[in-house]
Amino acid sequence: MVIECKHVWNYISDFLDGSLAEETRELVQKHLEHCEICSAILDSTRNILVLTADDRVFELPVGFSERLHARLNREISKK
Amino acid sequence: MESGVQNQAESEMIAAILAGNTQLYHDLIRPHERTVYMMALSYMKNEADAEEVAQEAFLKAFHNLATFRSESKFSTWLISITLNEARGRLRRQAAVRMESLDEPADEEGGGVSPALLRDWREIPSEALERGEVRKLLQQAVAGLPEIYRRVFLLRDVEELSVNEAAEVLQISIASVKVRLHRARMMLQKQLTPQLKTVSRESKRRWFQWS
Repeated sequence: MVIECKHVWNYISDFLDGSLAEETRELVQKHLEHCEICSAILDSTRNILVLTADDRVFELPVGFSERLHARLNREISKK
Repeated sequence: MESGVQNQAESEMIAAILAGNTQLYHDLIRPHERTVYMMALSYMKNEADAEEVAQEAFLKAFHNLATFRSESKFSTWLISITLNEARGRLRRQAAVRMESLDEPADEEGGGVSPALLRDWREIPSEALERGEVRKLLQQAVAGLPEIYRRVFLLRDVEELSVNEAAEVLQISIASVKVRLHRARMMLQKQLTPQLKTVSRESKRRWFQWS
């Protein structure tokens, strides 16, 4: 069985998570081996996930921790 | 397992805090500050509200620490408290349209078609040192529809499992997967051409300077 690019796109997320059924995973894998477009889509998606997971992308506002712990100190010691 | 060790360390801290060593609470929550803030931000429209929600959530968690059961993960429990706090505040503000709170997802609908760029080059993570790249990523995530953004933040930024994300968002595992897929494809579509341009420009710049 051969699958088309459009079908492969629907599986990209599960493919990256390793959550596809074995049979489907093999079909997708085979398609990727000979389809430059789909493998570029897969690579770019994976890259974007690597970047967004990097701690430097989403940072706490400046002073967040200090304000939080100062408030906790006030409220916790009230008890 | 690493998470097992972490869970155990957390359980011990929690027991100590409940026994009266309340100062340990500061150490207990430190690894979770960003997660709580990011999830608050995914509901609230601005940073000040998100920070307020995050503080309230940490206080609530402290006062309810005795109800925490160690079968669940502390982080998941904390996120649930945060999301409740955020939802409650949104309701009180009543400034937000009701449908955006529990918007039924268009789970069926057509897929998102990806950006077709054959000559994608890997963006080295050093690129993140440049504010420009970080900003592109932040803007793209902020621009996702909120039901997709929440799933994406939990799963791909805060690295919860699909099951944990379903649990804290109170949606099905299938919905998490569909929303996650949409979110990732939307980001791919928007970011791939942008990052490609950035990397090409930076290469030229490096070349000139070297």
